[in-house]
Amino acid sequence: MLLTITTTRKPATDLGYLLHKNPARPQTFDASFGKVHVFYPEATEERCTAAMLLDVDPVGLVRRPKGSGGTLAQYVNDRPYAASSFLSVAISRIYGSALGGRSKEKADLVDSRIPLEAHLPSLPCRGGESFLRALFEPLGYEVEATNHLLDARFPDWGESPYFSVTLRAETRLQDLLGHLYVLIPVLDNAKHYWVSQDEIEKLLRHGEGWLTSHPAKDEIVRRYFKRRWSLAREALSKLVEEEEPNLDEEEEARAFEEAVVEERISLNEARLGSVVAALRSARAHRVLDLGCGEGKLLQLLVKDPQFEEIAGMDLSLRSLDTAESRLHLDRLAPKQRERIKLLHGSLMYRDRRLERFDAAAVVEVIEHLDEPRLAAFERVVFDFAKPGTVVVTTPNSEYNARFENLAAGTFRHRDHRFEWTRSEFQGWAGGVAERFGYSVRFVPVGPEDQEVGSPTQMAVFSR
Amino acid sequence: MNLKFPELSLVVLIGPSGSGKSSFAARHFKPTEVLSSDFCRALVSDDENNQAATGDAFEVLHYIASKRLAAGKLTVVDATSVKPEDRKPLVALARQYHCLPVAIVFNLPEKLCQERNEKRDDRNFGSHVIRQQSRHMRQSIKRLQREGFRHHFVLKSEEEIEAVSIERTPLWNNLRQETGPFDIIGDVHGCCDELEELLGELGYETVESDGRASYKHPEGRKAIFVGDLVDRGPRILDTVFLVRSMAQAGGAWAVPGNHDMKLARALKGRDVQVTHGLDRSLGEIDALPAEQRDVVKKEIIEFLDGLVSHYVYDEGRLVVAHAGMREEMQGRGSGKVRDFALYGETTGETDEFGLPVRYNWPLEYRGHARVVYGHTPVPEPEWLNKTVNIDTGCVFGGKLTALRYPDLEFVSVPARQTYAEPAAKPFIPEEEQATSLTAQQRHDDVLDLEDVFGKRIVATRLAGNLTLREENAAAALEVMSRFAVDPKWLIYLPPAMSPSETSKREGLLEHPSEAFAYRHEGQASVICQEKHMGSRAVVIVCRNAEAAQKRFGVLGDAAGICYTRTGRRFFDDADLETTFLGRVRNAVDSAGFWDEFQTNWICLDAELMPWSAKAQELVKTQYAAVGAAGRAGLPSVVEALEKAAANGIDVDGLRQNFAERLELLNRYVDAYGNYCWPIESLDDLKLAPFHIMATEGAVHIDRDHGWHMERLRYLASFGEPLLMATANVEVDVLVEQSQAAAIAWWEDMTGKGGEGMVVKPKSFIAKGRRGLAQPAVKCRGREYLRIIYGPDYTIPENLDRLRSRALGGKRSVARREFVIGIEGLERFVRGEPLRRVHECAFAVLAMESEPVDPRL
Repeated sequence: MLLTITTTRKPATDLGYLLHKNPARPQTFDASFGKVHVFYPEATEERCTAAMLLDVDPVGLVRRPKGSGGTLAQYVNDRPYAASSFLSVAISRIYGSALGGRSKEKADLVDSRIPLEAHLPSLPCRGGESFLRALFEPLGYEVEATNHLLDARFPDWGESPYFSVTLRAETRLQDLLGHLYVLIPVLDNAKHYWVSQDEIEKLLRHGEGWLTSHPAKDEIVRRYFKRRWSLAREALSKLVEEEEPNLDEEEEARAFEEAVVEERISLNEARLGSVVAALRSARAHRVLDLGCGEGKLLQLLVKDPQFEEIAGMDLSLRSLDTAESRLHLDRLAPKQRERIKLLHGSLMYRDRRLERFDAAAVVEVIEHLDEPRLAAFERVVFDFAKPGTVVVTTPNSEYNARFENLAAGTFRHRDHRFEWTRSEFQGWAGGVAERFGYSVRFVPVGPEDQEVGSPTQMAVFSR
Repeated sequence: MNLKFPELSLVVLIGPSGSGKSSFAARHFKPTEVLSSDFCRALVSDDENNQAATGDAFEVLHYIASKRLAAGKLTVVDATSVKPEDRKPLVALARQYHCLPVAIVFNLPEKLCQERNEKRDDRNFGSHVIRQQSRHMRQSIKRLQREGFRHHFVLKSEEEIEAVSIERTPLWNNLRQETGPFDIIGDVHGCCDELEELLGELGYETVESDGRASYKHPEGRKAIFVGDLVDRGPRILDTVFLVRSMAQAGGAWAVPGNHDMKLARALKGRDVQVTHGLDRSLGEIDALPAEQRDVVKKEIIEFLDGLVSHYVYDEGRLVVAHAGMREEMQGRGSGKVRDFALYGETTGETDEFGLPVRYNWPLEYRGHARVVYGHTPVPEPEWLNKTVNIDTGCVFGGKLTALRYPDLEFVSVPARQTYAEPAAKPFIPEEEQATSLTAQQRHDDVLDLEDVFGKRIVATRLAGNLTLREENAAAALEVMSRFAVDPKWLIYLPPAMSPSETSKREGLLEHPSEAFAYRHEGQASVICQEKHMGSRAVVIVCRNAEAAQKRFGVLGDAAGICYTRTGRRFFDDADLETTFLGRVRNAVDSAGFWDEFQTNWICLDAELMPWSAKAQELVKTQYAAVGAAGRAGLPSVVEALEKAAANGIDVDGLRQNFAERLELLNRYVDAYGNYCWPIESLDDLKLAPFHIMATEGAVHIDRDHGWHMERLRYLASFGEPLLMATANVEVDVLVEQSQAAAIAWWEDMTGKGGEGMVVKPKSFIAKGRRGLAQPAVKCRGREYLRIIYGPDYTIPENLDRLRSRALGGKRSVARREFVIGIEGLERFVRGEPLRRVHECAFAVLAMESEPVDPRL
């Protein structure tokens, strides 16, 4: 909310010409999010500081009529205190000429490199100090950053994402403003608060000339184009806010973590390949993907004409949306479209839509169920749906020791409720087979280690 | 002519165009009962006479007819229907819905039809059409019987048509007006000694009737026999005549069993196999003196042939049939219905003993009527989805059982001996003896998606039907499946609570004065309870693991549970939960609640503190983060403004403004900090129960809140540090002093950092002017609300805007969730199937996902 820019190039008060703001006269501007004040805490020949103070009105932002965009969800919000995309908006409106490199009075100064210091007392840095440095140091800044605890009374809550940051460099004011303009929202990374879609494009335009060669370019761009908050998710998030305040972000982050952990061997491909092979050799024509997620397995199944009817089921409507677009369901020819069905459902409830299939794949799903509720899952799949073949995969916890970037005793994914050893999995699967009249064989997936086996274990049940 | 046919029929009018079918239908039936092909043609093509639309029109007609018949509505098809192929699908439709097809033929002179058509300018098809139709119609008349129209009538002249009257007769099985009380008695199989004993036990007295002994209940109770009176046992004829005389005297009904029907066939001389105890029945008859034999035979045949397949009693709430009855067949009459009543349904397979495998229809039964049946001996009568088999195998040495209705109490007398051995299969299957769970509990291991998903209407006792929207059910499904505890534990989810109306007082958004608005609802007496700021928790404690198994049908050694308002397990650590529950259990032991409530379990609605115990992530990422951002930023802002001011720049207004903001931010940080403390052990937790929701046989909503507070204070008085009583005061909202005292109490509490208070009408269920009054409203303190509306909310400019908040949506959700929460508990306490209980928990979760201002 506060940005000060200081120069010590004499006469320092020339800063007023560069910014087109008179050091003697404080000014106030209206903005969509509230007001912006510009004033100079000090203005001498030696040193001149211009302060831009955002007076964010959270009540107004929350209560904005629907459809006018950019609303906050909560009155309790860091926007009035922290530097955010609102600051970028203010820079472009109020320091617009300076950002564009225009000055009537001091045209030559515009292109000069001068000693500049920008101070942001409360800058959210998602990704921590190292990411902050990775953004600014390659651009030639000296970075000074102090972190703030979440709450000094509760030191074990740890550090907050907020830093007081000072950036120093000998550079053009235009460049400094451009860097801040683009990088503050990247650090903040709060996808719900983008002012609007066209603002994003404007922001990226100010990266011209330096963004393409920036070493953190990919991450910068990725953060801009994260999925936007959807209304459909709001109903769900209301239910879990207390325990899982950032369900979506967490899920993305967790999936990413799991992928990173397992990356070395591109395990997911191996896994899906094994599953498809098992379904093929079972001569299945009508197949189910239970817990299809975003549809990676479905994409493979669709390519094989042996699978005449394919149904993917998932609990998450959001994943099903992604699967739908990934499979291009809206653009498929009618005959192809008829082959595929996406179902919103749960493995905790008997579901008649799952009956009469030849085979079902349950890929990396059971470890997301609470162990006591596996009994319901078993009956839903093996007693009621009872496809001829059931393929189940799950992590082999013995292999976790081989993952370098996985701490001992932790699971591969934070939503995993358990991870089993080979004997635990085989014990469970054997019991299921016996109770429901299936036979079962086990297939290792991924590179097999002499001692701990393969990273993924697969059971193929047949009736 | 009087046309008499059953009240549920598919009436097919047959006759050429112009024969007067439509005017006839209009005169004798309701407009909605008549489906006309002309009308359906117009529906699909905008033209009644568009012959090209005939195919589509009949699809529509058949579709509507099937919906009506499924709903049990008489339906009249007004189309020419002169050809057999026109009528065939209609007969099939009637059969599918187990009702009778009825034909009414309009056999008028062709000339008359021609004349009528010529007068209508919209009917310009040639005269050959009528001629053909008339010919087909006349050829049809003699075939109708064979086509399946057991009732058919032919009208031959205008005068005859004019003189018709129609009589709709109730089906034989319709005894809806008989409301009981009844004693429904299982398969007797000639065990007349036990029957007499059982009748005595049930309070029936012997009377003389037609020279034979009979029984009669002094209070007018009536007996219903589920069939299989005969075969296998020692006193078959006595049984038959006892039941017959009770029935003839109007004190009993009997439905036929398969054995009864087979005996009747044997007595009529049909070729039947003399197996399964039929020899005993025939033997008793053969042993009669020759001169009686034929009379007795005749009487038995008459009696058995007169039995009606099944009965529907008590406004449709009770169905009795020998082998049971599916919902869609109840109160219908067809060959299939009768077969089902006698034999049940078989899958076509046979088991290892060579007996037909029975299709277990009660597993899928979802009907509203209770179905009482027999046919297959079971060791104990057990309810499953509102059905119960009361054949407890008396003749095989089991017992003879009666179900008292509507009390739903079982009364049995043991068999005096084993009169027969079961054909091949052991009487009691071994696996069923092994587990301690009831049939219903075993069945409830897996719930069916159809019972919770999609748009639903939940019927409640307190507020009638409540509708759930599909998108909310979808959100509930995800949360329920990913996070919630086993549905067997999830008997209650607590409702949301609305704030009081917005206060207009300076610097305040909520104040007790508005919470006392209950006077407008006619509630003078309210109770104010301290509102604890923690997380809502439902705690179920059972006396021991065995009690938990028995009542909740859970396996394992859990003897209770503690879950959040969204049904998620409160403690991730199972040992911690066990210890926690153990300590609550000790308090319940000390308080003597097990005996006081005659129960082995208790369900408490409570608040569990601190807030940070469950909401740690939220506190950190939302509340503490905002505090940290502000504390990082605001001092620098104030400093910069002071510097500018010192340099003579005119920023004084801003400086003051931001200095105040910093002060408010600090107060905000203090506010949330009040509700957080570190948890090292259980001793750091506090549980403040405020409702004793339910115990065995009772949902305690008939007790007022004063009682709940008092009993829970007692519970907390045994030195268990975990438990905390809730401070409360009663207020007479009509008395100013009484109000003032409570306001002072609230000011004191909130001044010390308390969240505020909850105001409830003193009685748990309070009827207001428009239905149920709000069950509770909360009135939150000024400082607490900073963590809801933001640190700066008390700045007048903000407060003015925040005052416009709409409470209607929140109040509606709060009321509905309250009603459904109670409904679920009542269903659980009544012992209803889990899906009926779960429907309510699911509905509360779905409603929680409705878009309501989260700050309310």
